[in-house]
Amino acid sequence: MSETTFVQLLDLAAGLVLVISFASLWLRRLVTVTRMIAIQGVALAAVAAVIGFYEHESELVAVAVLVCVLRAYVLPALIRRAVLAGSEHREVESIINVPASLLAASALTLVAYAATRDVVALSSAPQVRAIPLGVSVVLIGMLMIVTRRKAVLQMMGVLMIDNGIALVMFLGTSGVPLVIELGVASDVLLAVFILQVLTNRIRNKFGDTDLDQLRALRD
Amino acid sequence: MSLTGTAVALLQVVLTVGAAPLLIGIMRLIRARLEGRVGPPILQPWRDLRKLLGKQRMVSDNTGWVFSVAPLVLLASAALVAGIVPFLSTQSALDQVGDLFAVVYLLLLGTVFLSLAGLDTGTAFGGMGASRSMTITAIAEPTVLVAIFALSVSTGSSNLGAIVATTLAHPATAASPESLLAFAALAVVTIAETGRIPVDNPNTHLELTMIHEAMVLEYSGPDLALIELAAHLRLVVFLGLLSNLFIPWGIATTARPLELLAAAAAVAVKILALASVIAVVEVFTAKVRLFRVPELLAASFVLAFLAVTASFFLA
Repeated sequence: MSETTFVQLLDLAAGLVLVISFASLWLRRLVTVTRMIAIQGVALAAVAAVIGFYEHESELVAVAVLVCVLRAYVLPALIRRAVLAGSEHREVESIINVPASLLAASALTLVAYAATRDVVALSSAPQVRAIPLGVSVVLIGMLMIVTRRKAVLQMMGVLMIDNGIALVMFLGTSGVPLVIELGVASDVLLAVFILQVLTNRIRNKFGDTDLDQLRALRD
Repeated sequence: MSLTGTAVALLQVVLTVGAAPLLIGIMRLIRARLEGRVGPPILQPWRDLRKLLGKQRMVSDNTGWVFSVAPLVLLASAALVAGIVPFLSTQSALDQVGDLFAVVYLLLLGTVFLSLAGLDTGTAFGGMGASRSMTITAIAEPTVLVAIFALSVSTGSSNLGAIVATTLAHPATAASPESLLAFAALAVVTIAETGRIPVDNPNTHLELTMIHEAMVLEYSGPDLALIELAAHLRLVVFLGLLSNLFIPWGIATTARPLELLAAAAAVAVKILALASVIAVVEVFTAKVRLFRVPELLAASFVLAFLAVTASFFLA
């Protein structure tokens, strides 16, 4: 793989991760947003695979396969089950409207570029230049958690933050030991399990997962 | 201004004006075939225009000068842009004014005049169409600027010919994130500005949903023919801009007749391919509600914005 193809593929995959997080703010159907999270997992795996192939690190390619299975299939499938279980409202409900959240997300992207200027200045490698993309995915995930009312969407926000952290990890370290990635993977899997149980409990108790109802104490 | 350059510019205008109604005819035929109808012949838009041109000119007494001037301004601005945009060759005589800002504001000039004409008649539908059109334009226009700006960052010039020449010289930049994002943003804007589904339905005369048709409701005869031709021409101009900015291969870098012929064939194939994609997609999509259109355009603005940040920080 030549230098320019590597830069091109890396930028494309990392850019796709960011564009997908914008798309999941834009779309309205919960099932479609779940699909977006799955595609983001594929793009993330592609980033790891591209770096792995370019630097001839077979371990990183193995990590990419693991990431692909976990983040593109297992976790989205779990969230999908949680979405389909609550069949009453299938539309995204948000505190701010869609254009406003898109504009807020673009402002967060600028913040990410500004905040990581010193990090990017450390090296001229193409991986390091793409680090702001990972940071902006983290920030957009936080935005999703803050502005969305459904517990399911907040789970997706957590996943998006984790995808962003993983992206920064792949770009910043150029090769994570398989052990660390396994640890992170089991961690995330466990967190999603717990969140799913929590969501089910909330739904059984209140008949809905609208978190606005949890604000006030009642007798 | 060289003689060959002038010839190239004139050739571009003549060819695009001649081909625009044919393209519309082909798109209608594709839609009809996919919907299981036989469909009108490809020449039908030209026949419609000829029929309209042969009719008597009827203008309401209550309209002002804007109403009479608007069709001319619309067609003239679209034809001028057709001469400026590098369709056939980067050696056009109008290349010095072939600036991104000039093109965007020339297209905007036509839109504004059409909206003013819609308001001028004083009918309810005209005003409604004008206000809707301006709502869409106010979000779509900055997106065009920002998207082409993303391309001009790597070139260092906002001249369209220079942008095309740079992409020709460095083919790898055509697949970079910033050009893909800018392409997606411009594609959405193209659909919005040319009044296609899912933003506007070019075939509808259902009062509550129409945008373009509402503004031109009071026009008839030769005036309507000019407006229709200009609308067809704008579609060709936008699609040509889209294809040659991002996939410039086949464009001539000189003004020799043989190369121009090849370039004309290449650009025709590209525009036809894009138009067929639009026609096929239109069959399978429904028009979105008017209140959802700003969401669509906000998304395309964000794509353009991301393209600019990518071209500044990643490249």
